[in-house]
Parts: sequence; structure tokens; C-alpha cells
Amino acid sequence: MSEIKNYTINFGPQHPAAHGVLRLILEMDGEVIVHADPHIGLLHRGTEKLAESKPFNHSIGYMDRLDYVSMMCNEHGYVKSIEKLLNIEAPIRAQYIRTMFDEITRILNHLMWIGTHGLDLGAMTLFLYAFREREYLMDCYEAVSGARMHATYYRPGGVYRDLPDYMPKHAESKWTKGKALKEANSWREGSLLDFIEHFTDYFPEKIAEYNTLLTDNRIWKQRTVNIGIVSPERALQLGFTGPMLRGSGIEWDLRKKQTYAAYDKMDFDIPIGVNGDSYDRYLVRMEEMVQSNSIIKQCVKWLKENPGPVMLDDYKVAPPNRDAMKNDMESMIHHFKLFTEGYTVPKGEAYAAVEAPKGEFGVYLVADDSNKPFRMKVRAPGFAHLSAMNEMVKGSMLGDVVSVIGTMDVVFGEIDR
Amino acid sequence: MNDKKMSLEKKLKSQFGDLISNIVNQYGEITCEVTPENWQQICQQLRDDDQFSFEQLIDLCGIDYLTFGEAEWDTDGVSSTGFSRGISNKGPGRFSWEERETELIDKRFAVVVHLLSIKHNMRIRLKCFAPDTGVLAVPSLIKIWSVADWFEREAFDLFGIIFVGHPDLRRILTDYGFIGHPFRKDFPLIGNVEVRYDEEKGRVVYEPVSIEPRVTIPKTIRKDARYAENQEQLEGDS
Repeated sequence: MSEIKNYTINFGPQHPAAHGVLRLILEMDGEVIVHADPHIGLLHRGTEKLAESKPFNHSIGYMDRLDYVSMMCNEHGYVKSIEKLLNIEAPIRAQYIRTMFDEITRILNHLMWIGTHGLDLGAMTLFLYAFREREYLMDCYEAVSGARMHATYYRPGGVYRDLPDYMPKHAESKWTKGKALKEANSWREGSLLDFIEHFTDYFPEKIAEYNTLLTDNRIWKQRTVNIGIVSPERALQLGFTGPMLRGSGIEWDLRKKQTYAAYDKMDFDIPIGVNGDSYDRYLVRMEEMVQSNSIIKQCVKWLKENPGPVMLDDYKVAPPNRDAMKNDMESMIHHFKLFTEGYTVPKGEAYAAVEAPKGEFGVYLVADDSNKPFRMKVRAPGFAHLSAMNEMVKGSMLGDVVSVIGTMDVVFGEIDR
Repeated sequence: MNDKKMSLEKKLKSQFGDLISNIVNQYGEITCEVTPENWQQICQQLRDDDQFSFEQLIDLCGIDYLTFGEAEWDTDGVSSTGFSRGISNKGPGRFSWEERETELIDKRFAVVVHLLSIKHNMRIRLKCFAPDTGVLAVPSLIKIWSVADWFEREAFDLFGIIFVGHPDLRRILTDYGFIGHPFRKDFPLIGNVEVRYDEEKGRVVYEPVSIEPRVTIPKTIRKDARYAENQEQLEGDS
């Protein structure tokens, strides 16, 4: 018998199941993985260094581009950190809007995750279904900020503007006209809130549809049950947060435990797993979508009843409106200073974290009385999760690597920063 | 919440005494400084001692304190020609690789750790200044929290801080064969090399950057009414 040696294979960085630009060096013993060494940084853009060279507000847009499938949650973390340093708080209506959009973002993220995770493991249909629903939520993003993804909607002191009173409608085209056009615009007759309400009524049956496709699916279970098991002790050691930690059975959710925005006024549950395998994390995320849907519903109800300001009335941080800027000298000066120099932030350091769809997204800011952050560090949940790659795939088969990458829900925008 | 924080401050003082210095309670967050000699021992105790039980290392990062508190634009004085133009200073956006100067200041590099206790639902921030002379080294926390592995590799990559005891201290975020530590304040924002495909050589080549460094908005320091308020609140907190 000839001598058998381990061999090394290169997975990625351009591999459809690598979820971006992950390069994995896998040391294989036959079909079994002996050691996995993820190489990251192929998407490193130096976001933190760039932020140090810009006034505080200029970096909000960079936050969208970190975890580019949960945009507004990233903004929330950054804005919250600045608010902490400035000792300001957004008006209550802005808090509710943030809560609502954080949850919309969570559904956006989880839909993306279930779509691509399913696709990796051979469930093509789900990908198409998930993207169909994502489209509605992207329309909400667009209605409120003008951009489908990179919204830059949250600002220190509130949100950029109030929710619009009308939804943009589909125009008549060769394919959509007459009855079909009416059908396509049927949700869009009222305001954005009406549109979101329609969505929340529509979405639960779609989740049920996904469950029918996957939860008891034999192939799905074969690919996820008992794959990538992490014990609660190890999950803590490995710095897991969010669904990765809850999948291992630890009940920890910043929305409940270190509450922020309007989450303390919301009624929702935290799903947790039992076995800590890919399948449990799948169940946790599916239930999170149901809970998010219910939170959005509660926010819509409140927002419909309670109009009010969405931005702090403080010209040192928030720009005056156009009318004031054109007609009032003081406002004009404030406007000019805000957009040329920005505001200065008192010396100090603060860490603010939000429960992003992937886990704890935190921003650590060091300010030195100037208009730019002295140091900004983004604590990306995916970074800690991916660092556990070797431990999670060691001893399993090559095919399980794909399942583990999927269950980690990694996005390289935030890992490489 | 605040009560718990206060008691954490007291507990730290009674448990560690002089081993922990500069305990600051700001914005409801506790920050304290630890020397590299006591770094591992204190972290170990913070994890294992029941009154702290910080099971999770949430974040670890480096900081370079060069140019801390230095403005690029003098806004206090004004002459007959107006305010200063704010075009000359040594911020990272203003110089290229060749004209950089390496400077030594006291307490320049620090490692900052954020810990989270799930049991007691509290956070703490620890800071460890690397020695100013000799090797820029801080003990590794990898034995205490496994997640420190990549965080320490990142801090090494970006700041050049060496973590003693780390088994595999490689670069992580920058390119293969990268030179320098890009998040240091004396590393230019535009970097030092640019990459292009050379038609004649038939391969990708690295060349010195051709971009001129430029800053559109200078760093400005201003103190307004909010500082006084913050200061009052800080004093009220402690």
C-alpha cells in the first residue's frame, strides 16, 4: 500500500458558497478536514482609518457598507455611540422609527441568509422566494431614504426625515397595465406605514411557506442537523453573539438585556436553540423573523397614532430646515458650519452596541474634542464567528464547510472592514 | 443599572487595589488601566471570580495616541488676514510615505479590551499601554478567551503590537507581503504603494503611490456649552 498523505486544497476567494471573498486553506485527510485556515482581508477598505479622517457624520454612509445586508442596524450602532458622547437622545418618534427599521433590516438580513444558505445546500426555490419578499422591504428603504440599500438614514439626534405620506407607485409599462398595474399598486395607495402594515399581514404566511419547504425536509435536515455543534461554554469563549449564541442555548439579546431605542416598549420573545447545531440556528433565525414581524406591527400602530419631531431641535448637531436656512441668519450660519466643519465631540470614549441581525454590532469611539473621531473601532459580529471556523469544521466532511459558512451568516463587508 | 456600575467600581478597587489604576466612570461605562505585567492575571480573575465573571471578550483593539488632541486648524486666534487656513499639520491624511516622521511619545500604543458579563449583565473596558521602550509587546489573552486569537492578530497587523504567547501571530486584514502597520497615525492615509497590471511584464506590479495627499476638512477643536454640561454630569455621576 502506498503512503497516504494529507493534502491541502484552496477554497475561494471566488467561490459561490464562500459568501463573498473568503479564502479557506483546508488541510484534508481524504474527505475529512484536519485544519481550516480562513484568509480574510480581501475586502479590507480601512473603514476605521477613513473615519478618522472625516467629520463624524460623513462616516454614517460607510456603516451601511460594512455589513451590507443589514445596513440600518450598523448605522444605529454608530449613531448611538456618537449620541452617547454628545449626551443627546433622539426624540421618541425617531426611536420608534429606528426600532421599526432595525427590525425591517433584521428581516432583510435573515431573508438574504435563508436564501443563500438554502441555495448553498441545494434549495433553489427558497432563494427566489426570499428575494421576492426582500424587494418589498427595499422599497421601504427607498421610500424613506431614496436608496434601496445604503440609506444613511439615521443621524445623531434622530433620523434624517419623517416617514413619507405616500408610497411611490409602479408606472404603466408594456407588461404591467390595466388590472395588473392596479394589483401591483394595491398596497401603495396610502402612506409608507400602510405599505408596511400590508407587508406585516402578508409576511407570516410566507414564513410558513419557507417552513414547509425546509423544516421537515429530509435533505435539509441531513445537511444541517448535528453539523457545526457549539456548546454553550465554547460559544462564550469564542465570542459568539446573536443567533449563534442563542442557537447554543444561551438566552442573551441586547434588545432585552441592555435595551435601547423603543425595544423596552415592545412585546416580543427571544427564541433559543438546544443543541447548538446548524439546524437549531436555522430555527432560531426563522423564529426571529416572526418576532421581528410582530415588532414592526407594534411600531406601525404607535407611529400612526403619534406624530411628532423625528430630529433633535439642536442646531449644533442637527441641520436647520431649508426654509429656516434661507431666511434666518443664525440658521444659515449653523447650516454652514455643520456642513463644512461638522460638530465637535467632547473628549472621551464610548462603546455602544446594538443587536444587529448577525449578533452584537458595537462601535467604540475615542473622541478628542475635535470634529473627527480620534479612533473608531467596529466590533463586527461576523469577525468573531468566522474566527471559530477551524473549531467548527475540524473533523467534519468537506461538504459541511459550506453548511457551516452558511450558518455563520458571514458578510465580508463587516469582517474585513 | 447605575447602582450595579458603582458597585463594580468599588469591587474592582477592593479586589485589585493598586493593580488597577485610573478607574473612570463615564457615560455609565467603566474604564480602567492595567499594566502589561498584570494584564493576564487580572483578566483571568475578571473571568473566573464569581463577583465579576466576565465570560466574554467582546472586542480587543489597538489605539495609537500620537496626535491625540492636536488640531489642524487654529480657531482661537484671528489676524488681519483672517483665520489660519488649516492646511499644514501632520495628520495621516497630509503626508506621503517618504515624508513621514516616526515620533515617540509617552504612552503611545494601547490595547483596549471590552468585556461582557452575561451573568451580571455588565460591561467593562480595560486598557493596557504597551511599554514605550523596548519591544512593543503586551501579553496575549488567548488562553483566557479563545476569541482573542483573531482580534490580537488584527491589532498586530494594524498597529504592530506584539502579543506575547500568541501561537500564530500573522497578518490578517492586509495584503500578503504588506509593509508597515496602516492604522498607526504616522502611516499615510493614501498608503505607500499602488497596484496595477503591467502589460509589458505581463503581471501585477506594485509602485509608489502617485496620489497627492489631500484633506478637505481640517480637524478642528472647539469647546462649546455642551462640554460644561457633560463635565457637570460626569462629576454628578462619580
